[in-house]
Amino acid sequence: MTILVGYIPTSQGEAALAAAIAEAKAHDESVLVINMSRDDKLVDAHRAEGSDLDRLDADLAESGVTHEVRRIEHGTDPADQLLELVDREQPRMLVIGIRHRSAVGKLLLGSTAQRLLLDATCPVLAVKAD
Amino acid sequence: MDNFANLIDGFGHVLTPMNLLFALIGVTIGTAVGVLPGIGPAMTVALLLPVTYGLEPTQALIMFAGIFYGGMYGGSTTSILLNTPGESSSVVTAIEGNKMAKAGRAAQALATAAIGSFVAGTIGTLLLALVMPQVVKFAVSLGAPEYFAIMLLAFAGASAVLGSSRIRGFAALLIGLAIGLIGIDKVTGQQRMTFGTAQLADGIDVVVVAVGIFAVGEALWVAAHLRRKAAGVIPVGRPWMGRDDWGRSWKPWLRGTAFGFPFGALPAGGAEIPTFLSYMTERKLSKRPEEFGKGAIEGVAGPEAANNASAAGTLVPMLALGLPTNATAAIMLAALQGWGLEPGPLLMEKQPVLVWTLIASLFVGNTMLLLLNLPLAPAWAKLLQIPRPYLYAGILFFASMGAYAVNAQPFDLLLLLALGMVGFALRRFGLPVLPLIIGVILGPLAELQGRRSLQLSGGDLSGLVGGPVAWVCFAIIALVLIWPLVGKLTGRGRGRGRGGDGPGADAPATKEVMA
Repeated sequence: MTILVGYIPTSQGEAALAAAIAEAKAHDESVLVINMSRDDKLVDAHRAEGSDLDRLDADLAESGVTHEVRRIEHGTDPADQLLELVDREQPRMLVIGIRHRSAVGKLLLGSTAQRLLLDATCPVLAVKAD
Repeated sequence: MDNFANLIDGFGHVLTPMNLLFALIGVTIGTAVGVLPGIGPAMTVALLLPVTYGLEPTQALIMFAGIFYGGMYGGSTTSILLNTPGESSSVVTAIEGNKMAKAGRAAQALATAAIGSFVAGTIGTLLLALVMPQVVKFAVSLGAPEYFAIMLLAFAGASAVLGSSRIRGFAALLIGLAIGLIGIDKVTGQQRMTFGTAQLADGIDVVVVAVGIFAVGEALWVAAHLRRKAAGVIPVGRPWMGRDDWGRSWKPWLRGTAFGFPFGALPAGGAEIPTFLSYMTERKLSKRPEEFGKGAIEGVAGPEAANNASAAGTLVPMLALGLPTNATAAIMLAALQGWGLEPGPLLMEKQPVLVWTLIASLFVGNTMLLLLNLPLAPAWAKLLQIPRPYLYAGILFFASMGAYAVNAQPFDLLLLLALGMVGFALRRFGLPVLPLIIGVILGPLAELQGRRSLQLSGGDLSGLVGGPVAWVCFAIIALVLIWPLVGKLTGRGRGRGRGGDGPGADAPATKEVMA
């Protein structure tokens, strides 16, 4: 089975990745890392640079788990993209990083984490940054 | 020293809380739209035009001038960080600026751009205050034939000098002139190109044309090209410069100013040519030519100074002659007409307070821009993270509201959509926007002056070429038109392949950054 992890270049993203690797090691599973950058923005802070992804690849290789790092460059909603991947890949678990959001922020922009928690068809592990 | 007293007087008028507030609003909006590629000062001023009909002309003009200057500052941020020029005038900045950002010197590039813009803007505005009254003195003595000739020169210049090809330029000009013709002929009372539609009898309002071409056209264009990979965030840091950077920057700033101001002041100058010339000069004069192409600070400092100085220069013909040399100035002129003020040499005489307050506000706005841009550059760069659908939904909302507000006629919304399609087609086929807008705004005025001179001469065509000014203008027009032929015969010319697909500040100059 696979563990799907939604990665963004923040402390939450790193925490999610660390949790996914620990989980994969414990159950001898593979990890699929997804980084999504929206194509309707000129600059996306959640986009992991190529060097970033290479580093992830190296880290994962070092930890010894079978892994794949994938970047999605199209689409406008990371929640949609991840949910679709969950349906397609049927992972055992989805790992995401979560953080506090203000009420206004949630109202205006919605919460990707909330949608994933409620709508994913597999168990979701939500990790906080330390 | 009369000008000086007037200028001090102008400062007195600017330094009221309301006027300062409008200047601040102007420069803030201006920087924001400058940062965002595709949305420029011309579009913004067009969108705000209907809103300002309720304001005092002075306050509205202060705001517009702030937007105009602010756009020049903001454009450099996008050029440097994204290699996507926010404005066509900062295409050249991207060449070295983006290389500097990639080498981790984004902070220095932004600092030299902002400080250079400030230096050039201040010198340019000072020159404006000195030169403009002299031009006015000269211009009051001009008669209808001279005006007609100068306007023809502006047409020829805007169409032939800028843009990717002359044919495209003149095609855009003709579309603009045709739109300008619609309505009742003021001399004979005949209806022209109205197709019996009552709503067209008054002509198409400039607001509808400008908003349609700039805002709706750009929105359709972006909608057709929405999919583009996002870039990652480039760490900016707080803009600052070391001793070495100052030493390498100050000469290019002054040289850039010297290039920018005269080109802006010429009919059909614009900011593209002086920025390019400044870049070439810096590359030639540099003590470290090997750094060019890898992020030389001179290549950012010079062109950025040039584009701000040319912005100041643009205001000379606009205020002294009523001649726009770029799209934003054209729409500001339309705004003047909307308030019932007649642009031209008499503006200074009839509205001295307005003119001098405007000039004084440029100094104030320029200082505000430096304070706003230097420490806040990282915040401005965050604007690039706004999803485009949000932006363009807002723009379309304002566009339709503005177009409807002009006459409260649903018919105008249909016109807006039709003109938006024209705007889309212009971008699709690489036609520059500037000649069209100049055609729409100057066309009717040129017709008026031309017919007036013909009436004076009793219909004799020689009445159109009276006076040495007219002679010089026609000579330059002839030169501009014949130049390609001469170039071909002598085997040179045609060699200056300039990037950027148009002088329209809003032309999608995103893909083609010259190599």
